[in-house]
Amino acid sequence: MSITTILQHSLTGISLGGAYGLIAIGYTLVYGILRLINFAHGDIFMMAGYFMIFSLASFPWPIAIVVTLLITVLMGIAIERVAYKPLRSSPRMSIMISAIGVSYLLQNLATYLFTAIPRGYPEIPLLKRIFRVGELSASLVTLLTPVLTIVLVALLMILVNKTKTGMAMRAASKDFETAKLMGININRVITVTFAIGSLLAGIGSILYFTDRMSVTPFSGTLPGLKCFVAAVFGGIGNIPGAVIGGFFIGIVETLLVALGYSTFSDAFTFVLLIVMLLVKPTGLFGEKTMEKV
Amino acid sequence: MRRSRNTVLSVISAGVFLAILYMLNLNRAGNGMLISIMQKSAIFALVAVSMNLLNGFTGLFSLGQAGFMSIGAYTTAILLIPVQSLDGVYYMNGINPGIRALKVFLSALPPWFQSVYPFVALIIGALFAAVIASIVGVAVLRLKSDYLAIATLGLSEIIRALFSSPQLDGITNGSYGLNKIPAFPKMFGGLVPPIITPFIVSAVCITLIVLLIRSSYGRAFMAIREDEIAAEAMGISLFKHKSMSFIISSFFSALAGGMLAMYMRSIEAKTFSITLTYDILLIVVIGGIGSVTGSVLGAFLVTASKEWWLRFFDQPLELFGWDVPLFRTGFRMVIFSILLMMVVLIYRRGLMGTNEFSWDRIFGRFKWKRKKVQGGGS
Amino acid sequence: MNGIVLKTEHLTMQFGGVVAVDDLNIEIPQGHITALIGPNGAGKTTAFNVVTGGYMPTNGRVVFHDKVIGENHPRSKMKKIYNGSDRTTFHHQVVNTPDKITRLGMARTFQNIRLFKELSVFENVLIAKHCRIKAGMLSATFRLNHVEERTMREQTQELLKTVGLADLAREKASSLPYGKQRRLEIARALATSPSLLLLDEPAAGMNPKETEELAQFIKDIKDSFNLTVFLIEHHMNLVMDISDKIYVLDYGKTIAMGTPKEVQNDPAVIRAYLGVEDE
Repeated sequence: MSITTILQHSLTGISLGGAYGLIAIGYTLVYGILRLINFAHGDIFMMAGYFMIFSLASFPWPIAIVVTLLITVLMGIAIERVAYKPLRSSPRMSIMISAIGVSYLLQNLATYLFTAIPRGYPEIPLLKRIFRVGELSASLVTLLTPVLTIVLVALLMILVNKTKTGMAMRAASKDFETAKLMGININRVITVTFAIGSLLAGIGSILYFTDRMSVTPFSGTLPGLKCFVAAVFGGIGNIPGAVIGGFFIGIVETLLVALGYSTFSDAFTFVLLIVMLLVKPTGLFGEKTMEKV
Repeated sequence: MRRSRNTVLSVISAGVFLAILYMLNLNRAGNGMLISIMQKSAIFALVAVSMNLLNGFTGLFSLGQAGFMSIGAYTTAILLIPVQSLDGVYYMNGINPGIRALKVFLSALPPWFQSVYPFVALIIGALFAAVIASIVGVAVLRLKSDYLAIATLGLSEIIRALFSSPQLDGITNGSYGLNKIPAFPKMFGGLVPPIITPFIVSAVCITLIVLLIRSSYGRAFMAIREDEIAAEAMGISLFKHKSMSFIISSFFSALAGGMLAMYMRSIEAKTFSITLTYDILLIVVIGGIGSVTGSVLGAFLVTASKEWWLRFFDQPLELFGWDVPLFRTGFRMVIFSILLMMVVLIYRRGLMGTNEFSWDRIFGRFKWKRKKVQGGGS
Repeated sequence: MNGIVLKTEHLTMQFGGVVAVDDLNIEIPQGHITALIGPNGAGKTTAFNVVTGGYMPTNGRVVFHDKVIGENHPRSKMKKIYNGSDRTTFHHQVVNTPDKITRLGMARTFQNIRLFKELSVFENVLIAKHCRIKAGMLSATFRLNHVEERTMREQTQELLKTVGLADLAREKASSLPYGKQRRLEIARALATSPSLLLLDEPAAGMNPKETEELAQFIKDIKDSFNLTVFLIEHHMNLVMDISDKIYVLDYGKTIAMGTPKEVQNDPAVIRAYLGVEDE
């Protein structure tokens, strides 16, 4: 493989990784506060893909993007209200099953509404503009994704570390019950968390599907799981960790495909997960917790 | 007194069920659909019970069922595809010469072996899965609740990727899958016709699981579910008992997977995706996590409604000249998902909760009703 | 060692910079009731957890019936952090999981009751008998051990009678009143056939009358089951009433030990409990 091909693939990998990173943040935020693997997160990302198809059919693209993100955020909040809030004091297994149930529902709903046949993802001409540097070529979306990811993460870090809402979020993730006792409006914190997670999943969805060109009701499942692995890899609850995890998985996956091991590119993620959980369960940047006897 | 009455009632109902099966067998031409649905239910009942052993009784939230089913299904299929069909099945990449030699050798064995061979194949598939489970168990069973769930789910996906990988083309036929798998064999020299075989196998396996659950080891599993730390302080080795539960659950899931291969006659790696695990989880949740009879009932109910009773949701419907909206392909599954969510959110205990079916309960209920009626009358 | 059931040598447990248990040296003779007292956060429960195998000590050794059941010396990160004096005394590392220690004959209860809530009183005790089972999984599944199973059930019934819970055998454990739950937890621990019983605040949340009953109960089971008892307790009346020897812990350090009388009059103990006046 020549240097150019390697660079070309790395570029694709970084771009894919950026989208993964954005989705992974949703997992890491929700897990940090509710200790819940939001199995529906990948399907929110998939639904955002369909929203974009339909809103782009009726609006010019800048408005379509806003509409898509808005609906995605509302959906994320609604899911939490309906499916997770009533189970907050139930055993963790129930709420996890509820999350799987929502994922199942969204997939079946999408199959019903949009059929299982892949739908072409509309092109936004601006994003698809090709840039060339020497022998390397990349569309704007490929270049934009990592940059946008880093900018969004920086903004999110400011929000989490500098604002009052962010402080409430950190408090809730440290100790849910105590935060509640301290007068933090836990429902608001959770709503904000789901809103941010869904917003980033929506943005990730636009970047991801613009590259992939089509959406099916099941195109959220695998990326969703991979992004959860990314979040675990980076240390669950840790935002920059999740993004680094996303980049890592995106790059390795692309390289594996380039080397001809495409069947193993998905399996790799899970091998990574199992190895990580065994070697360093707290992830790269996670904090250690100890169970009280 | 009461115990003997219950035994009699149980034997009678099992007999009635068997009689119905034999009647269906005689009229199988007209009841193909019903038989097929019931067979599928019986297979899924076994997987659901084995998932329940792990999730409901030991409290280990595992989502790896589909992976272990695929191990059983592939092993059984490879062992059972007739030698003369091999070239047709592996038409793209050819078959691994070692496997062909083994199969040629096995096909030359005497008839008595051929008549038990399908069952041997099922058990080999199940044992293979059990061995894999015992190896992976060492690693993943250290993980807690949701991490275990995601790790087992990942494991199932790794197995699927392996089976569909081009590197294993000569064994699993890669992404083309396997077909020409023989259907269910007869049992006891024809005493049990092929159609009834899956019911017998499932019933025997489920009985074994129930016996295990009711033994001292089953109680230890439940102790782990209730409180891991207390169970360990009571001298129950967490690793040993969790592994046992995991291995046994995988064994029976794989056995059911082998039966699924016989039922479907052709399999591919895609059959065993995450969706399959979710389907089984749906049965377990609707039946009641921690109830064997719930899982069995759930399997029959869910399969029957999915494949039969609720089919009409997928057809356009016209009532009194009015086109009922919403009714078209896919609506049935939406209804199903909503049902599942209702069980999860409102009827949290499912059909049976953690209770088991018992005749006493049924009679108890009747008596209670009668009393109430009398009270109302006087 | 003549009749010493449990012994800890220089036992130290450090969580990062926090020293929860500091150089604890305890000897518990056969047939005695020994108490570990101290203000909240003194490290009593941590000491229990180290002894029963829940935590790996940072340094020191636990000896149970002349057998070393736990030993460690500061390693890796703790090597830098550990501030204790006798870091070189111990060289080996002996790790035991709680279940192994229970099978060796040490049973415990928990500060915040940990019963198998959804199971019946009978099952709670019966499960504790599982650790002494001889039959393997297969023979248990096929009921080849029905004699053993019957014995287990009979012994459970017997034990429930002894502790006065026989009438409640079919009840769900979580439906029992608080005092009975405590009693059930002790019965469950007894079912593992221990020689040493560790009780973590058995009288927590009990009124004076219940506490008195509990004191009698502990004395009774000690005699009828030939036990040695090691307990953590805040109710001073109970401790002073039943203990043969008391160890007082404060901020992880042993500040006093002796008979109830000696401890009661020890100025260091009074200071720890009442605080220093000129603060």
